[in-house]
Amino acid sequence: MTDIPLLEVEKLRKSFGRQIACRDVTFELWPGEVLGIVGESGSGKSTLLNCLASRLPVDAGAIRYRLAGGDSVDLVAASEAQKRHLMRTEWGFVQQHARDGLRMDFSAGANIGERLMALGGRHYGDLRQAALDWMTAVEMPPDRVDDLPRVFSGGMQQRLQIARNLVTRPRIVLMDEPTGGLDVSVQARLLDLIRRLVQDYHLAVIIVTHDLGVARLLADRLMVMRHGEVVETGLTDQLLDDPQHAYTQLLVSSVLGV
Amino acid sequence: MTLQRSFTATARQAGDLADYNFAFLDEQTKRMIRRAILKAVAIPGYQVPFGSREMPLPYGWGTGGMQVTAAVIGSGDVLKVIDQGADDTTNAVSIRRFFQRMTGVATTEKTREATLIQTRHRVPETPLSENQILVYQVPIPEPLRWLEPRESETRKMHGLSEYGVMHVKLYEDISRHGHISTAYDYPVMVNGRYLMRCSPIPKFDTPKLHMNAALQLFGAGREKRIYAVPPYTEVKPLDFEDHPFQIERWPQTCALCDASDSFLDEVILDDAGSRMFVCSDTDYCHGRQQAGHHGRMAAPYREGAAE
Repeated sequence: MTDIPLLEVEKLRKSFGRQIACRDVTFELWPGEVLGIVGESGSGKSTLLNCLASRLPVDAGAIRYRLAGGDSVDLVAASEAQKRHLMRTEWGFVQQHARDGLRMDFSAGANIGERLMALGGRHYGDLRQAALDWMTAVEMPPDRVDDLPRVFSGGMQQRLQIARNLVTRPRIVLMDEPTGGLDVSVQARLLDLIRRLVQDYHLAVIIVTHDLGVARLLADRLMVMRHGEVVETGLTDQLLDDPQHAYTQLLVSSVLGV
Repeated sequence: MTLQRSFTATARQAGDLADYNFAFLDEQTKRMIRRAILKAVAIPGYQVPFGSREMPLPYGWGTGGMQVTAAVIGSGDVLKVIDQGADDTTNAVSIRRFFQRMTGVATTEKTREATLIQTRHRVPETPLSENQILVYQVPIPEPLRWLEPRESETRKMHGLSEYGVMHVKLYEDISRHGHISTAYDYPVMVNGRYLMRCSPIPKFDTPKLHMNAALQLFGAGREKRIYAVPPYTEVKPLDFEDHPFQIERWPQTCALCDASDSFLDEVILDDAGSRMFVCSDTDYCHGRQQAGHHGRMAAPYREGAAE
């Protein structure tokens, strides 16, 4: 890890009418770090993620991102064109429901190649090779490269979504409940895969989850949100083993043991 | 009935129109459409919204093309109307007669003699010249429509030149069929800037748009858009480096005029599977037969027989 953060979020504020979804959220993310955001439904986790990804307009605050070149850019003030370009190159977004993040009417290969084509990839053979390579990288059978996403299982759709995002070698990947709705064995394999990819490609990841088990396994650091506010942050093990805030204590004690 | 009578009346005394303005549309509307056309010509390939009017035929039958034609037609024009390459099909005949009645201009079936050509689904085989205007009837003007349903988003994509997704469709074609199977309405880049749909012409005609001497106007009545390709503008079909753009080829030449360089329609002749290939551009085919070319199924040509 380096001394300069990759992403600095300062006093980010977002409300829907009178409903405040994010209240002065401030945090930093370093290269190669996995930050988990936990909290109950409606606590503003997903809204925060969507604001970071420029999918929702922000009311106030700053999102400073350090570009691959070293310059810093405030995503709140940046032009639409620059934001959209960044989201397609240096950023990735993995949706909870694969059908929101995939083109369901196009084959797996086309889904993986989309970002490359958006960046000017115009050689079919190369695009196809990249698709095959990434299928392998996310542990999918390469011979299914021409299948439509809808014939894949939930776990495979999620892998495909990850491959589609990683094909441009992003530096930050945002994940919104990537293992939600999957059965535990598939979830375990996917978590293993994400852990390996994070290491192999030195990804910084912000992962939103309500599953403390997932957070424990993946995240280096945790941020607990409640009613749009960050109530506690800290190293994952520290925070889960010795929760300070009353809400975190409640959250940790609510986990069912086996 | 009164409507019917007034139509006939205006037809008889074109130029002295009591009930209808010259070319059906009122002058304000024509001015509005001309403004849209000027803007479209200034930004090749850009879809200009316009206040499309109700025309006396249903959407999808060429209302957009007719409004563009009505806005640019003058009493000195010679009009040709084509439908699928033919001058004698229902749509072509009705639109041609409509403008005959509403303007009294001369009409022709000869591509060379026309100054204004309204077309559906074809570009004439005979090369166009600088004093000609080609008006296309367009059903869906937005090339990204089936890939991105939101209009707000497609406008943004045009604004930022984000056209990568169009290649995703071509990629899909190759991975399914081994070649780019998009055969009509082929996506093109106009003047290196805007992605454009060239109306449902076969991809055989797509190269004809490139550096064409004539002004090409596109009108979509239901979708309320006008766009244009000015004379001598670069029009480049999208493709891949290792799968370049290719036009259709046929196993035979035209059965009537022996042409090997025109777009051929395949006509099934009986239940036993016999078929003939014949030029879809009827004017081109007649012209060649008159000039003495004979295909293998042509009857011996007699003067006046084509009329």
